Amino acid sequence: MSDDVILKVRDLYRTYDIKGGMFKKASTLTAVKGVNLDVERGTTLAVVGESGCGKSTLARMLTMIDAQTSGSIEIDGLSMDISKTGISKEMRQKVQIVFQNPYGSLNPRQKIGHVLEEPLLLNTDMPAAERRDLALQMLEKVGLQLEHYGRYPHMFSGGQRQRIAIARAIMMKPKLLVLDEPVSALDLSVQAQILNLLADLQEEMGLTYVFISHDLSVVRYIADKVMVMYFGEVVEYGTRDEVFGNPKHDYTKTLFAATPQADVESIRKRLAAKAA
Amino acid sequence: MSLLEIRNLKVEFDTAKGPFKALDGVDYTVDAGEVLAIVGESGSGKSVAMLATMGLLPDTATITADKMDFEGLDLRTLSAKARRKVIGKDISMIFQEPIASLNPCFTVGFQLGETLKVHTDLKGKQIKDRIVELMTSVGIPDPGGRLNAFPHQMSGGQCQRVMIAMAIACEPKLLIADEPTTALDVTIQKQILDLLVQLQQDSGMGLIMITHDMGVVAETADRVIVQYKGRKMEEAGVLDLFENPQNPYTKALLSALPENATGDRLPTVSDYAEAGGF
Repeated sequence: MSDDVILKVRDLYRTYDIKGGMFKKASTLTAVKGVNLDVERGTTLAVVGESGCGKSTLARMLTMIDAQTSGSIEIDGLSMDISKTGISKEMRQKVQIVFQNPYGSLNPRQKIGHVLEEPLLLNTDMPAAERRDLALQMLEKVGLQLEHYGRYPHMFSGGQRQRIAIARAIMMKPKLLVLDEPVSALDLSVQAQILNLLADLQEEMGLTYVFISHDLSVVRYIADKVMVMYFGEVVEYGTRDEVFGNPKHDYTKTLFAATPQADVESIRKRLAAKAA
Repeated sequence: MSLLEIRNLKVEFDTAKGPFKALDGVDYTVDAGEVLAIVGESGSGKSVAMLATMGLLPDTATITADKMDFEGLDLRTLSAKARRKVIGKDISMIFQEPIASLNPCFTVGFQLGETLKVHTDLKGKQIKDRIVELMTSVGIPDPGGRLNAFPHQMSGGQCQRVMIAMAIACEPKLLIADEPTTALDVTIQKQILDLLVQLQQDSGMGLIMITHDMGVVAETADRVIVQYKGRKMEEAGVLDLFENPQNPYTKALLSALPENATGDRLPTVSDYAEAGGF
């Protein structure tokens, strides 16, 4: 099975220096403290935690936006340590990211066709006609129409924009896709469409997902493995059924207890408690 | 008599492309001591309805209603001055972005005090005592010290507590919460929802929860109105709605919840739209 591990992270740390001022000493903040994880090809790892727990810092390191302070990241057999080696085009092709807010992550002055072609323009030597063909194919693949090629981001709804962001991320045919709260900004019905699209793409392209979310019902639906982070540390890591069936850490239990229950039984209980 | 009764509310916005109907003939009633949830997706008109009630919509909006009564007071004919006496005192509202709703230039204590100065006869020390009392009731630790804190020195959850304290400062009869927990973490969301429901039960005020989250509806509401594209799709008790939804759109919304997923794929609203024809 070890051959199938596509993402291997060992002892990952990230610290930030906080500048001192006239009355304040400089200090360091450890955003990610010793994370270890393995993700197998074609599976989904969900990372759960509240704001400030380091889950987005982890995503930034996995996607080479930020360098780790120490520890190793290996994606598809390729070791990533950008502070030492820099970033090669080969590394860029391994991993891509989709951000939370599809309104902020697309350039308003860039046509959709150009949005999709840009990763190819920067990282490959592909001729323009070929890039255009691939972009058009990709539009269809993510459920958009060919005529959307020449349009600007403001002409699209939130769900459509998230489709565009996903399309841009998979233009390079990455092995690993990091999804940073990809459905948090979307309506429930649109959320369902995007989750379906992600499931289809995973099956079709054999993609591996690192899915960052704070919504446990989404996590339960999509994840194979679940990792719970709390103040930069991993407090729980296991298969979905282990974590949901038998949460061990107090924080995980608190998180589960705080998640709204939308089943009829819970509502009945609440109403009964209120009437009493 | 209902606390708030609105009949046939229509809101139209003037746009460059002609009038846009945001709300097309919807009725709302809320009784004292009741929690009404208005649920819908973006563009369903759920916020517009309550902003219209509060008189907070811009001039481009045309509001018409057959009836718009708050405790027998006709909100349609109220002058701006008379309206200000009601809004913020008897009806108050909490918004989605707690940090953006507070003024960054003033301490939270000062901002809480403003409401009391305008709407009550309290003076000086009495105001301060009342602020501390309010901050204690919404669960802010060390209220005496936090009075002098600026919004940026507090977390999102704390700021939302301050907003709630401000909203209940004059013991309103009706509290409108517009997506009060959307910007917050799950654990904080739970605390804020519990707090709102607790305050509502203690004071017996009416509470309107505007949300797109079916989980929030399930945790708080007595009665639910489901809206879609400016029209009311269904109105039912919370248990009836979840147990036995009548409208195809409601069914679609409930089945799009990931926790209700049965097969590999989540049903989407558009699947239902074709079958149900809404």
